[in-house]
Amino acid sequence: MVELPNGFRGGDGMSWKKALIPLAVLPLIGLLAYGFTTDPRAIPSPLVRKQAPPFTLQVYDGKPLSLEDLRGKVVVLNFWASWCYPACYEEAPVLQRMWQQYRDKGVVVVGVDIQDTEAAGRQFIDRFKLTFANGPDPGGKIAIDYGVYGVPETFVIDRQGTIAYKHVGAFTDRNVAEQVAPLLAP
Amino acid sequence: MIGLVSRVPSRKSGPATMPAGKPRPPAPGPRAGVAACLCIVVLMVMGAAPADQEDLVRDIAGNLRCPVCQNLSVGDSPSELANQMRGVIRDRLKAGETREQIEAYFVDKYGEWVLLAPKKRGFNLLAWILPFVGVVAGGIAVAVIARRWAAREARAAAAAPPPNPEDEPYRERVRRELDEFAR
Repeated sequence: MVELPNGFRGGDGMSWKKALIPLAVLPLIGLLAYGFTTDPRAIPSPLVRKQAPPFTLQVYDGKPLSLEDLRGKVVVLNFWASWCYPACYEEAPVLQRMWQQYRDKGVVVVGVDIQDTEAAGRQFIDRFKLTFANGPDPGGKIAIDYGVYGVPETFVIDRQGTIAYKHVGAFTDRNVAEQVAPLLAP
Repeated sequence: MIGLVSRVPSRKSGPATMPAGKPRPPAPGPRAGVAACLCIVVLMVMGAAPADQEDLVRDIAGNLRCPVCQNLSVGDSPSELANQMRGVIRDRLKAGETREQIEAYFVDKYGEWVLLAPKKRGFNLLAWILPFVGVVAGGIAVAVIARRWAAREARAAAAAPPPNPEDEPYRERVRRELDEFAR
């Protein structure tokens, strides 16, 4: 205060130093802002664009179904459970409709009933009159092999056996049009 | 191990020199130190490679994030998915896989997100290093600022103008009245 000239000389240095404080804080704020734009519940699957893990499903009332046998088809692999309300109840009619509409065009819909009892699973299938292949996943082997963390989750596998798309939540008609139909183009 | 440890004090302590009824804890001799070291080594080895397979399952599951939980490991979660994941770990151990292979399997399926502690490489190193960098930088900053403040105080004290002789009567009066007040 007393030494004004000195204070002025320091003034330039101080303003430069003061500018450093927000500069140091900016990256931190940037990082936090970026954190707010991401959904903490969204877990990106490392499996997309990778080869779909092989599996064999013991279909309810049917022969065992292996992914290998479906090579050359577009496979819509849906993980569901009878206790998964309402999402699985919303998508079941969508899946059934897709199966009816696209089965002659090279689409196979496969349902894997995870963390469920057989009785409840069968009841669910009867309720929605599902005619595509559905089967249980004892021990969660298939689900864990696909990195499933909840129901419903749906994987769209292309004709070459590569996972083209993963959908978390109820599968919709829009998903059918945007993610399944394009894969059928010759 | 236990036998060795319990024998060491009885050999080292001198019961004859101790007053009766006043047990003195024996001074730990070099043998006790060696025994303690051995104990620690054994415990560390046991910690690194649990003898029981169930322990190993729990150990591996403890490092994996339960996908359907909030901040719970696969080892701690009672959820069905965590239960099934423990089953997968068990099966893979039985099939002869190592901890690293099993962790790699889950990373393959769920991404590195599934590890409770990020791997110490690449960008993740920031999470391991930055806290220590922050503590050291903060310590240095505090030291520098404190030193600067102390220097400024010293300078201010040195630069303080000498007491004005004209003030002396007033000073004297303040002192006197304070003295009176204290009495």
